[in-house]
Amino acid sequence: MTEIVYQSISPSDFFYRNREIAGFSNPSRAVYAAVRELLENSLDACERQRVPPDIFLRLTEVSASEGGTSIYIMRIEDNGTGLPSDQIPSAFCRVFYGSKYTLQQSRGTFGLGGTITILYGQITTHQPVTVTSSTGGDIHEFTMMIDIERNEPMILKHKVLGNKKGWRGTVVQLQMEGDYSRIKSRLLDYLKQTAMVSPYADLTFVDPGGRLYRFERGTDMMPPLPQPVKPHPHGIDVENFRRLVSVTKARSMKEFMTGHFQGVGSKTADKFLKLAGIGNRTRPSSMKPEDIVTLVRAAREFKDFKRPDASCLSPIGEELLEKGIRKELGLTENDFLKVVSRKPSTYLGFPFIVETALATGPTIRKQYKAGTTIIRFANRIPLLFDESSGVIWKVVNRNIHWDTYNVSSDTPMVVVVHVCSTKIPYKTVGKEYMADQPEVEKEITNVIRTAARSLRLFISRSIRIERERRRLDIFAKYLPKIAEFSTKLSDKEILPDIEPLLIAVGRPLPEVEQKIKEVPTIDG
Amino acid sequence: MTDSVIDETERRREATETSLKQLGSLIYEQIQNREFPWIMMQSRSSDNINYDDELRQFILGDRTVRRHSRNVRNIRPFTQFIWTAWFARELVRLRKTSTLREVYYSARGQRDIEFTGQTESDYTITDLEVALNTPRESFNIYPKDRGAIFGDLNIEYTFPPAYEGRMKNLTDNPDGAPIGRSLTSSKLVGTTADKVIVIEKDAMFSRFVEEKVHEKHNAILIQTEGIPSRSARMVIQRLNKDMGLPIYILTDGDPWGLHIAMVIISGSAVAAHLRGLTTPDAKWIGVWGTDVLKYKLPTENLTENDLKRLNELKKDPRYVDDLWQREIDIFLKMGRKAELEAFSALGLTYIVDEYLPEKLESL
Repeated sequence: MTEIVYQSISPSDFFYRNREIAGFSNPSRAVYAAVRELLENSLDACERQRVPPDIFLRLTEVSASEGGTSIYIMRIEDNGTGLPSDQIPSAFCRVFYGSKYTLQQSRGTFGLGGTITILYGQITTHQPVTVTSSTGGDIHEFTMMIDIERNEPMILKHKVLGNKKGWRGTVVQLQMEGDYSRIKSRLLDYLKQTAMVSPYADLTFVDPGGRLYRFERGTDMMPPLPQPVKPHPHGIDVENFRRLVSVTKARSMKEFMTGHFQGVGSKTADKFLKLAGIGNRTRPSSMKPEDIVTLVRAAREFKDFKRPDASCLSPIGEELLEKGIRKELGLTENDFLKVVSRKPSTYLGFPFIVETALATGPTIRKQYKAGTTIIRFANRIPLLFDESSGVIWKVVNRNIHWDTYNVSSDTPMVVVVHVCSTKIPYKTVGKEYMADQPEVEKEITNVIRTAARSLRLFISRSIRIERERRRLDIFAKYLPKIAEFSTKLSDKEILPDIEPLLIAVGRPLPEVEQKIKEVPTIDG
Repeated sequence: MTDSVIDETERRREATETSLKQLGSLIYEQIQNREFPWIMMQSRSSDNINYDDELRQFILGDRTVRRHSRNVRNIRPFTQFIWTAWFARELVRLRKTSTLREVYYSARGQRDIEFTGQTESDYTITDLEVALNTPRESFNIYPKDRGAIFGDLNIEYTFPPAYEGRMKNLTDNPDGAPIGRSLTSSKLVGTTADKVIVIEKDAMFSRFVEEKVHEKHNAILIQTEGIPSRSARMVIQRLNKDMGLPIYILTDGDPWGLHIAMVIISGSAVAAHLRGLTTPDAKWIGVWGTDVLKYKLPTENLTENDLKRLNELKKDPRYVDDLWQREIDIFLKMGRKAELEAFSALGLTYIVDEYLPEKLESL
């Protein structure tokens, strides 16, 4: 007989054993994931504070070990909200402790990105993390480690410093094992795309070689903060429903429905509960598990709820996205850029918004190879891996017939797609690409088509201008020769004046050029 | 005599130069008048080429075309045209000659003017001929030398400058004098011959020289190496018109031979814009279909291509005369053809000793 030992493991222990699902699968991906988690936390902190982010990130190599992996010190400084001193240890050194559990759009979802990074640093270097933070008062500096088995912070040192200048923000410094050289280009892409989608942020990165990369702020304008909203009945699952039922203070199911969900008024609640066969006076605490299942199923069928509220979303907006793209791609007025932001739609009870941008022109031609380059964002996070598995790739390469928009296969073009939602339909835990959820796929297809219609105008006008220019070139090339040889042939001494003829053929050009300037203002 | 020859050549040279210069002035003025330069010329499209019964050659009709520089497609050819005119004038002015091929390559030395192929440059030169109504030989532009002439004919060179005024008798070279640009531009001074025999093939020409046909029949001999070059046609025309010599043509007895004779007599559609290249009174004396039967010459079958060509010729306006229609019918009926060399079956010299005298006598 074998004795089977069942033991519960702490969340820290779970992530210690399964760290690849958070993206720390190998030393180079670990560097990428760590930067991403800490940087996104910093950006979120600044946005909550409504200050344009100033973020400084530095990677310093401490010692090289064999096989390309090294020990790095990673330091990130932001000017965000900062944390109250009593929350710092738990916020950074306890898994599943965070501020991100309401239903509103934010970059991370689990709220454990920072902690998992610290955890990874600790298990690869056995060094503590230092967190320095202030909400405007005293500055608190904690040196901590995670007690993995108990999922609790171990404070090694706590210093309180004066704050005469009123600094607000957070600094995290930790050590970790990683391989920077193999991830360098992806990491720089990631920073560039982050700067593109957050043009109000100022990012500075010093790499292990001491090289400084600066992504300057392009504007102080920030998008509105997303509002926390109640869940929509279409998007709720049995477990969430059960939890709500167990904690609610509502005394009847009608009160429960109107109080805990969006889009449910008094009449709608009556109608829905009648349809589900549950009395509107039933006490929530008396709901049996099978009742809950019935109710959740009925909710999915019921059509009369209001559409999910999109105020919990924070799209970048056409103006900001255009600024960010112009800045990071270095577009000039000769390039084409069309940004389209659509109205919210929903899938399975979750609101989502798709924004897109198409860019082409001489600047794109210089930077990118011929063909289409896709830049993907989900809730303002750049998605860099597994591009061809995702729905955006499918839309760009399968659903859109580019030749109907005069785009040939060798036209260098950048397609930017941003999907924001309270729940991004990621296909895997790695969160690198989106599943082809039909509503989302349709919406992405439509938004790109809208932008592509402007692109078609631009391209056909470019072609016309090019033809016009070539026409002028030809006259400018041959008229002087005709003048020259007719002069020689007729024994004249002075060349005839071809200027009036050149002016005559050149006249249409400014009109065409005027037209091309109008293109970007054309509404989709 | 010699002085007048030079004067005549010089006058022609000056006339050509003047017309080229006038062309330049015309275009120069157009530009000055803020006009995109253009010129009018007769159209060379096939529906504007008609056969003139009186002249007995093809001529261009009344329809005209405009070559202009108004649009992208036409400005490059127009520039090439004006360059070609200038190039021709330089040739004339500097007393230099050139070939069609050289013109093509000279343009390659000019940025943006280069022709995409010799067909294009040849076409432009033809434009210049039509526009100025002047054969390219007057612009000192010649094709590759082809054909030769032999016999008691005295000529006086007018070209190249180093040979100006030099006399030559065309019996000097038993291989014949090549019909090149010097010979073409020479003055025909005098001859004791009373006829010209044109032969399609150089081998048969050599046989005729060897057998002293020029002495026995008091003839000038010309070989054309197939379809005669324009230079050869000009020489034949001048021997006929200026010196009053009758022209007799001997070709293979097949549609291609018939056509060689016809090109000498009535010219080609391609040269419809030119005069002075045809010799309407020249006579085709063989090899006729009738001869093939009469002399029982060894023959070959007419190919499909031959048959197709014969049927084309039958409908051609140049072939309306009885002789042609009769011979075409005989060939079609026989389904056979015979080359000049076929007479060798009857003995190497049979063609010279028997056939030729009989033919000349029968005329």
